Amino acid sequence: MTATGGTADRPFLTVNNLAVAFPTEDGLVRAVDGVSLSVEKGKTLAIVGESGSGKSVTAQAIMGLVNRKAAKVTGEIWLDGQELVGLPQNEVQELMGSEIAMIFQDPMSSLHPFYRIGDQIAEAIRAHRKVSAAAARKETMEMLRHVGIPAVERRIDAYPHQLSGGMRQRVMIAMALINSPQLLIADEPTTALDVTVQAQILELISKLQGDFGTTVIMITHDLGIVADVADDVAVMYGGRIVEVASTKALYAQPEMPYTLGLLSSIPRMDRKLPERLDPIRGNPPSPINLPKGCVFQPRCNYWERVPDGACKTVRPDLLESDPDHFVRCLLKPEERQQISRDVQQVLAGSPQ
Amino acid sequence: MIAYLVRRILGMILLLFLLTISVFVLFNILPGDPARLTCGRACTPATIEANRHRLGLDEPVMTQYVKFVTGIFAGRTFSPDSPQPIKCNAPCLGYSFNRHEQVMSLIARAAPVTFFLAVGAFILWLTAGISLGIVAALRRGRWPDRVIMTVSMIGYSLPSFFIGLVLIFFVIIQWKLLPFPNYVPPWENPFQFFQTMLLPWIVLATLNAAFYMRLTRNQVLEVFGDDYVRTARAKGLPERTVVVKHALRAGLTPIVTAAGLDLAYLLGGAIISENIFSLPGLGSLAVNSVTDSDLPLITGITLLTATIIIVANLVVDLLYAVVDPRVRIT
Repeated sequence: MTATGGTADRPFLTVNNLAVAFPTEDGLVRAVDGVSLSVEKGKTLAIVGESGSGKSVTAQAIMGLVNRKAAKVTGEIWLDGQELVGLPQNEVQELMGSEIAMIFQDPMSSLHPFYRIGDQIAEAIRAHRKVSAAAARKETMEMLRHVGIPAVERRIDAYPHQLSGGMRQRVMIAMALINSPQLLIADEPTTALDVTVQAQILELISKLQGDFGTTVIMITHDLGIVADVADDVAVMYGGRIVEVASTKALYAQPEMPYTLGLLSSIPRMDRKLPERLDPIRGNPPSPINLPKGCVFQPRCNYWERVPDGACKTVRPDLLESDPDHFVRCLLKPEERQQISRDVQQVLAGSPQ
Repeated sequence: MIAYLVRRILGMILLLFLLTISVFVLFNILPGDPARLTCGRACTPATIEANRHRLGLDEPVMTQYVKFVTGIFAGRTFSPDSPQPIKCNAPCLGYSFNRHEQVMSLIARAAPVTFFLAVGAFILWLTAGISLGIVAALRRGRWPDRVIMTVSMIGYSLPSFFIGLVLIFFVIIQWKLLPFPNYVPPWENPFQFFQTMLLPWIVLATLNAAFYMRLTRNQVLEVFGDDYVRTARAKGLPERTVVVKHALRAGLTPIVTAAGLDLAYLLGGAIISENIFSLPGLGSLAVNSVTDSDLPLITGITLLTATIIIVANLVVDLLYAVVDPRVRIT
């Protein structure tokens, strides 16, 4: 896992300096600004961040779903040796649903209400492969069985509103994986589901990932599920990646104050009881009017520790702190690590 | 399904029943004496009273009403004790003494005119409204959108009698592109029929077309932001399929069903257009019946129009269940 783009032996997916900007009447909205990341084949990368952090737009840019008329996409996206940015629309169309597939947050609204689920999946098959309707239906049935839909013979002709939320998301997963894509982008796949169903869906994605050797990018705001499913984690804030590391390293020692804030705002069973949850104060910055310095500075508890108020004027770079652990912060690494240890001790409830 | 239909039809009958009562009561408490209107200026009180008896207007309102309802189902005979009783077969909506004709046959003569007028205008406004609305939505913010929205605004602001008179003045009088309207049924002379109906169709369609352009544009734009359209794109479907099969299928369904109600409304008579182009349809008939205080005719037309609208409501509801699988009829 590297955060700067691959050179010699390129990983399966490499994103270099990706920027997505939407010109609006109020000004240029820089939804994603200089994102670089890479994922190795068969691994799972989680992109974490709150609403408006640019995580979904990053995913849609990789998928090719960003409206080209409305947005300006720059940078590089290499998928298995092929550059995706600037690809003509018809070639993007060929990749979508066959090489790269996506599942979305709300399976109810993501499925077409007027068509039977079997037909919606078969449509994805026949968009990319020349097979008969009967063969497509047979394949659909197998895939529905594979994703754990009971009584497939009956359910294949059901309309989306006749299924439960979990079943609908299984249908979405079946639809996404029907053409055995190399890359699956899951955009908050469990947010709209019950907690018990969430675990089932995550388990299903992991299982299918093993079955098909799919590379997964999991977009989420839920750090709780990241620990279970991801090999690596990229934390996004204000359209940038602010910290990226292996899941293990990130949970063991989160260094960027924003990541620390996210982790301390998760309710935990092992926390001392009278402690209140510690939210990150304030709101995410407006993508039109980003702070001049570090984008997180206005909400950061520690920026005064950096001399000369540099956090207000200097944009930090994403720098390697430990091997394969990159952090975008002006605090000295030792200082950050000390803060991280202190915060975690407080969270664990042990005396400082 | 069957239970639903039975329930709806029973509701319809109740509604029509209440409607006949209110129409009857309304016209009986209105000023003006229908019997007085049956004969000219030199009318002796004795003649008026004789006519009143012949019309059955000397009976209590309740009796009149019961006879009216009986007539619808079983037919009735007017002035049975006179030398020439008038037999009116079921469904008998009454007898117009002003016109010396049964209401049912008056309506039967006028209804086809209105029907052709309404259906032609319906086709025209749906075609123009929906197709231009889609174009405007697909080209949002660019010149086709602006042009279409401007045209729609103009069409929506012009009153139909104004459009009608302007068209008559230029197309018929000035440029002599069409002859003066003279209605013939299409099976007698299709060419003359089209010549006569063309301008009324345009006048009648303009307002709704303008409205449907905006409706379609908004609906399509809204649907384009829906998640399932994004899903369709993410499947790698060609843009055409995304637009037609996924976006438009969902976006136009409510429009087309709503259009059914607008058509029903027109079937009751397009008063202004029919009058401008002197088409002998239900609208003209209704206006004339009111100016003549022709009570039986007014009652008949009101009932018919109400029935059309109520039935259309039912049909649209049933249709909705056919096109949208989420709608269950129970």
